[in-house]
Amino acid sequence: MSPAPKLHLTRESLVALLRQMTRVRRFEEKCDELYQVEKIRGFLHLAIGEEAVCTAVMANLTPDDAVVATYREHGHALVRGVSAREIMAEMYGKAQGCSRGRGGSMHLFNAAHRFYGGYAIVGGGIPLAAGLALADKMQGRKRVTACFLGDGAVAEGVFHETMNLAALWKLPVLFVCENNLYAMGTRLDLSESETDLHAKAQAYRMTSESVDGMDVVAVDAAANKATAMIRETGAPYFLECRTYRFRAHSMFDPQLYRTREEVEQWRKRDPIARLAERMRQAGMIREDEISAIEEDVKNEIAEAVRFAEEAPWEAVAELARFVYAESAS
Amino acid sequence: MTADNHITYRDACRMGIADALRRDQRVFLMGEDVGRYGGCYAVSKGLLEEFGPERIRDTPLSENAFTGLGIGAAMNGMRPIVEIMTVNFSLLALDQIINNAATIRHMSGNQFGVPLVIRMATGAGRQLAAQHSHSLEGFYAHIPGLKVLAPATLEDARGMLWTALEDPDPVLIFEHVMLYNTSGALAAGAGAVPINKAAIRREGKSVSLITYGGSLPKTLAAADQLAKDGIEAEVVDLRTLRPLDEETILASVRKTRRAVVVDEGWRTGSLSAEISARIMEQALWSLDAPVARVCSAEVPIPYPRHLEDAALPNVPTIVAAARGTLA
Repeated sequence: MSPAPKLHLTRESLVALLRQMTRVRRFEEKCDELYQVEKIRGFLHLAIGEEAVCTAVMANLTPDDAVVATYREHGHALVRGVSAREIMAEMYGKAQGCSRGRGGSMHLFNAAHRFYGGYAIVGGGIPLAAGLALADKMQGRKRVTACFLGDGAVAEGVFHETMNLAALWKLPVLFVCENNLYAMGTRLDLSESETDLHAKAQAYRMTSESVDGMDVVAVDAAANKATAMIRETGAPYFLECRTYRFRAHSMFDPQLYRTREEVEQWRKRDPIARLAERMRQAGMIREDEISAIEEDVKNEIAEAVRFAEEAPWEAVAELARFVYAESAS
Repeated sequence: MTADNHITYRDACRMGIADALRRDQRVFLMGEDVGRYGGCYAVSKGLLEEFGPERIRDTPLSENAFTGLGIGAAMNGMRPIVEIMTVNFSLLALDQIINNAATIRHMSGNQFGVPLVIRMATGAGRQLAAQHSHSLEGFYAHIPGLKVLAPATLEDARGMLWTALEDPDPVLIFEHVMLYNTSGALAAGAGAVPINKAAIRREGKSVSLITYGGSLPKTLAAADQLAKDGIEAEVVDLRTLRPLDEETILASVRKTRRAVVVDEGWRTGSLSAEISARIMEQALWSLDAPVARVCSAEVPIPYPRHLEDAALPNVPTIVAAARGTLA
C-alpha cells in the first residue's frame, strides 16, 4: 500500500471533498430512515463508511468521461452530478426519478452525466464498461470510463475475462475495486486464495495499485495518478481501495458474520471525520464552515425528499413503454 | 435485372456483413476465430484481409465478456456484430444478454439503448452431439427486450442483418448449421428486408405448416410430397421469432383451418407451444382439427447419425402430422 500522501490539495478542493462526502453520508442516512417508514422498498444497499472512494474518484473525472457502477451506487450518482431530488424520486419509484422510477436504488442511470448505471448482478457492469471504452478507442475519443466493482466481483469469471480483454486491447478503463472486505457476508479470506486484489490485475499485465480507501486524500492522489496515466497511454488501470462498510449489506442483514468490535475499530477511521480533523489541525477549516456544510446538505436533502414525495407515480398505462425504442418498427 | 449470382447461404451471410462494414464505419465484427481462422463456419472468411484487425476482432474465449463489450460499445456509439460460435456457447453469455442487453432500455427509463446484433449458429444435423446441436432460439424468444430472427433463405441471410443493424435494440440472429451449404440464385439487387413480418413461402388452402430456420427446407419438401396427393399445404416461414407476426399466422390458419407447427426446439415450454396457444386463443373457432406439432425428441441431441435423425423433425413426420389434421 502506498504511504498516505501529504495534504497537497488546495483548501478549496479539500472543502469540496468534505462537502461531497457529507452529502453522500447524509443522503444515505435519510434513505435508511425512509426505508424504516416504508417510503423506500426493495433492496437498499448503503455505502456508509465508503464515501471517500466514489468522492475522490469522481473528482478526477471530466464530464466527458463515463461511469459504470454497482448496486451500491447512491453516492456515485450523487457525486457524479445527478441531482439529489432525481435520485430520491428514483428511490421512491416515482416517474421523475433518474430512471423514471423503473430501476430503484440498484439501477440509477443518467445519460446527461454519462452515468451508465448501477448493475445488480455482481460483475455484470464490468465488460459493459470495457465496451464503452472500446467504442471511445475505436472512435478516437480520449475519454476514461470509470468502472466500480466490489471485492466480491473479483471472484466472478467475467471479472477475469474482462481484465484480460481490457489489458490485451489496451482499453482506457479505470477499474476501481471498492474492497470492503466482505462479499455480502463472506469475508475476503474465505473467498479468495489471493487477498491482495490488485495483484490479480498485475497478472494481466495491468498497472495496479492499492490505496487506503478510508483516506479521501490518498484516494484522490491515486485516482489523479491513475486517470493521468490512462489519458496519456490509453491503457487500463486497476485501483484497489481498501475500505469498510459500517452498515449492514442490505436492510435484511443481521450481520452475523462480523463482530461489533471490528465495526467499531473501522468506525475510528471514518473518512469524513478523518478529513475534517486533518483540516482543523492544519487550520484549513473553521467549525462554523463545517456547520454551514451540514446545513446546506440538510436543506438539499429535505428538498429532495419533498420533491420525491410530491412527484407523481408513472401511469400504469405506461408499463410496457420502452421495452423497445418507440421509433422502431 | 442483371444476372443472378449463384451463392451459398454462408456467402449470403458474409455479403451481409461486408455490406454493413462498407456502409457504416460504426460497424465491427467481434467473436472467437472470426478473423485469422475465418469463422468457425467460414462465414467471415476473407473479411480480416479487407477490413483489418480493428474491425474484424478475434476475441479470447470469453463469451460473457465480449458480449458485454458489445453491449457497452453499442451504448457508446458503435454498431457491433458479436458472433458466438454456437447457441450452446451463448449460454456462457446469458447474463449479459438477458440481464443487461434486454433490460437496459426499460430499466434506465429509456435513457440508454443497446443497438447490438448477436449472430450465432443453431441446430442439429452435423453429428456434433449434445453440446453443439441444440435449438435454443425459442428460449431467447421468451425474453422481452430482445428481437429474435431466424433467416432461412439467401435473401434473409443477406438482408436481415442490414435491418437488424439499423434497429435501436438488441437483435439476435440464428443461422441454422444445415443451411450454410444450401445454395441458390440471389438477385443482384437483393438488399435490406423487413424483420417484423412472416412470409408465405408456398401458398395452399388445405393446411398451414408453420416453421422457420433450418426446418423450412424440410417443410417445403413435405409440402411437395403432400401436393402429390392433392393436399395443398401453405408454408409459413416465421422469419422473426420475437415479435411474432400473429397477423400472418392467424390469416393463414383462418384460411386453411388446420395448422402444424414444425420447430426443431423441444416441445415442452417451447416456441411451438406459444404459437399453438396463440392460435387457440384467437382462431379456435376457425379450426377443423387440433393444432399439431412436430418437434425434436425430448433428449439431448445424440451423436450417431441414425439417432440424431430420429431426434429431429423430418419430411415423413411433417407429412404424417399434416395428414393427421385432415383425417
